[in-house]
Amino acid sequence: MGNKQTVFTHEQLEAYQDCTFFTRKEIMRLFYRYQDLAPQLVPLDYTSCPDVKVPYELIGSMPELKDNPFRQRIAQVFSDDGDGHMTLDNFLDMFSVMSEMAPRDLKAYYAFKIYDFNDDGYICAWDLEQTVTKLTRGELSAEEVSLVCEKVLGEADGDHDGRLSLEDFQNMILRAPDFLSTFHIRI
Amino acid sequence: MAQPLPFVLNVPEIPEDHDREPSPYDESEVHDSFHQLIQEQSQCVAEEGLELRQRGLGAAAPGTSGGGRQALVGPEDAAAHSTATLRILASMPSRTIGRSRGAIISQYYNRTVRLRRRVSRPQLGGVGRSARPSLRLYDLELDPAALEEEEKRSLLVKELQSLTVAQRGHMLKGMPLGLAEKRSLREESRTLTGKHRERRGRRGLFPCCGWLRDTCVLALHGLGLWLLAGLHGLKPWRYALKRIGGQFGSSVLSYFLFLKTLLAFNALLLLPVLALVVGVQAAFPPPASPGPVPAFTGLELLTGGGRLTHTVMYYGYYSNSTLNPPCVPAPDGGQCGRETDGLPYNMPLAYLFTVGGAFFITCITLVYSMSHSFGESYRVGSTSGVHAITVFCSWDHKVTQRRASRLQHDNIRTHLKELLAEGQLRQGPRSVCGRLRQVAVLGLVWLLCLAITLGCTVAVYAFSELMIQVRAGSGRPPGLWAGGQTPASLGMGPRNLILKMVILGILCYHWLGRRVGALRDQCWENFVGQELYRLMVLDFIFILLDTLFGELVWRLISERKLKRKEKPEFDIAGNVLELIYGQTLTWLGVLFAPLLPAVQIIKLVFLFYIKKTSLMANCQAPRRPWLASHMSTVFISLLCFPSFLGAAVFLCYAVWQVKPSGTCGPFRTLDTMYEAGKVWVRRLEKAGPRVSWLPWVHRYLVENTFPVYLVSALLLAVIYLNIQVVKGQRKVICLLREQISNEGEDKIFLINKLHSVYEKKERSR
Repeated sequence: MGNKQTVFTHEQLEAYQDCTFFTRKEIMRLFYRYQDLAPQLVPLDYTSCPDVKVPYELIGSMPELKDNPFRQRIAQVFSDDGDGHMTLDNFLDMFSVMSEMAPRDLKAYYAFKIYDFNDDGYICAWDLEQTVTKLTRGELSAEEVSLVCEKVLGEADGDHDGRLSLEDFQNMILRAPDFLSTFHIRI
Repeated sequence: MAQPLPFVLNVPEIPEDHDREPSPYDESEVHDSFHQLIQEQSQCVAEEGLELRQRGLGAAAPGTSGGGRQALVGPEDAAAHSTATLRILASMPSRTIGRSRGAIISQYYNRTVRLRRRVSRPQLGGVGRSARPSLRLYDLELDPAALEEEEKRSLLVKELQSLTVAQRGHMLKGMPLGLAEKRSLREESRTLTGKHRERRGRRGLFPCCGWLRDTCVLALHGLGLWLLAGLHGLKPWRYALKRIGGQFGSSVLSYFLFLKTLLAFNALLLLPVLALVVGVQAAFPPPASPGPVPAFTGLELLTGGGRLTHTVMYYGYYSNSTLNPPCVPAPDGGQCGRETDGLPYNMPLAYLFTVGGAFFITCITLVYSMSHSFGESYRVGSTSGVHAITVFCSWDHKVTQRRASRLQHDNIRTHLKELLAEGQLRQGPRSVCGRLRQVAVLGLVWLLCLAITLGCTVAVYAFSELMIQVRAGSGRPPGLWAGGQTPASLGMGPRNLILKMVILGILCYHWLGRRVGALRDQCWENFVGQELYRLMVLDFIFILLDTLFGELVWRLISERKLKRKEKPEFDIAGNVLELIYGQTLTWLGVLFAPLLPAVQIIKLVFLFYIKKTSLMANCQAPRRPWLASHMSTVFISLLCFPSFLGAAVFLCYAVWQVKPSGTCGPFRTLDTMYEAGKVWVRRLEKAGPRVSWLPWVHRYLVENTFPVYLVSALLLAVIYLNIQVVKGQRKVICLLREQISNEGEDKIFLINKLHSVYEKKERSR
């Protein structure tokens, strides 16, 4: 394949190809999408690995993410410091995990982190309430929300400690074959 | 099974404790293997413990207790727990999963080791499927030489570089680490490979072998990546599918993906037929048939007859002899020699084996994709858990348009409300009358549909009998009656399918049973091929009409006349069943009209664009939740079972039992089509046993019945074993679930005890 691009070195592109689920062409396409978000900030030459972070506001305004109620959490989970500002590595990682070739375990792991709003390693009732509120845009009453959370905990909580651990979540994901098709962003 | 840890209370930090008299809970002797672990963990999460407490105070409701079980008096509740307690809680192995890189690294180290040593029976925790990282974590964390993160990392790197390139790539891609981390792991594992290569080179007897092997593997890997990139570039309609998914969600997208799958199947069927049958015959055309050849008018595309009858399109065109390349007379003016330079090509054999082989390949591919799809969507012991699935798995991240996104919000809200209402209803008394009424109405509708089906079947049969008596050769029987199409928007999905399949069955019986007799001295295969071609054209026309009236006109009516803002929903099930019907026609007809898959491909391509345009302009996404992967499994199974199986039965019957017509086609002198193969085998036998082993295979494996019984018995045994394995897995899942629940109770008990102990200590200070 003609290596006419000057953005990455050959080794960098190979490394990206080996560590993500994308091919060379897709990685270049993703790079140009990233660059389009902040043309003044992102240089066109990544051979020297510049340390550039695109702020969250620009990431959240991407057409693929702007109507997603979980876009802030997604950006936070994949960013280095948890603040939503993403480097190119974070960006590629995010779309690689959300692509259709990522395996179920990997997606379940990141989905767990996304739904864990307070970042304590468990999905507690408060996290569930946040999730349901975001899902329904606040149009369910508080009573209904807490009912739903109770039912979810009753169904998925295996060791009955009142919150979902990673294993409980992964166990539940295994029973939902649609997870692979819904937890997927096309880019 | 996992043993509960010998629990260790290590409370060295608070100096006042040393003054008190030792209590039974105050173990000052610490188990060595845990000392370092706990110290390490508590050092790096010391702030975490305090952070937890603060954040716990900030978080609203405490964890609700499930039913009548013990309430967890967790750190989120009590205001002042001792830092020692919090430190111990924060260092619980289950807490460190998913948070510390060290835990992930050790988990993947274990996975890599297991992969490398190829442990044949995976542990009950499973390797890829069920993830219980806490079980696997014990392998490394309980190691007496408790390792620092750096050492764990170097162990992982060493394991990685002993894998093959493909395995390493697979392992790296699946790790939930950041991309920068993965790249550095990859770098390190590759450089170490280089060093090892050198060492091996100096030592080994054949130093070049290892290097050669590595280079070959790398080259293949590169080639594979290049091919994949090419394939991805070829992906047709990528942008169109993205737009459809973005505007309508995964459910409507599944229809278009199914259409793409059908295209692939047709291409798979067409390629061997094109290469081995159609192409060869087109290159060596048979002698022109006597009589005038009709001129080409546009009407042939609709009726399939006329000019097309004398082309490669239909069975009758193919010659029944061995094709030789046209001989060039020798330069000295001599005759053509009997032995020509090129390879003689036995047309009947090629026809039979190509069609048979293509069907076989299609069968294998279908069964494989069906089992793969089934494996993805079915889980042993999967109970409902519908609320959890709705909350976590129902948001479709592909949806990118504002309007569609709002629709999704509404759908999920409605669905949650329905679930809650259903839950409450179930608690109330259920009236027997209401249920009986529901069942009665459903039964009545089914009876009605079956009666209509029966009526149509009888009508079709009677009509075809009539046509035979009217000497069908005089006129072209109209194919209109064979449509039996009801508009898909009536929503009679499965019943419609039954109707169509039954009618197709009647037609097949009619063709192979009665028509063969009636058209004895004409080319009945051509007739059947033409019928199927006409059915396909009609099917296409009906789909167009259906799209026009069902979607466009309905939208116009509902907007202008009824003044509703709602667009019609896209009927996924109905459209998919139409596709399956069209594919059945193709499979039925490929023996009699080898170019029918090409017609189907053209039809599918047109259909894609027409349906897409109509969808974008006229429709909205379905309101009811759609289990995309369940439905794709159902579609592929429907494609396999009534559709492909029926076509295969039809083909087998036509090849084995029906006498081919004597005036046309590649089998005109034989009793059955299968005889072509038998004749060839007999000829090979006569040529002597040294020529080929095929006659032996034919006599002892194909004509003998014993191997068939053996294979069936083996198949039954395998199926029985699988059923038993599934039963066993179900039992194991129940037991494991119970154990998890018990462990949870144990944990709560211990934590509560811990808190009470420290509280007593604090109070008595």
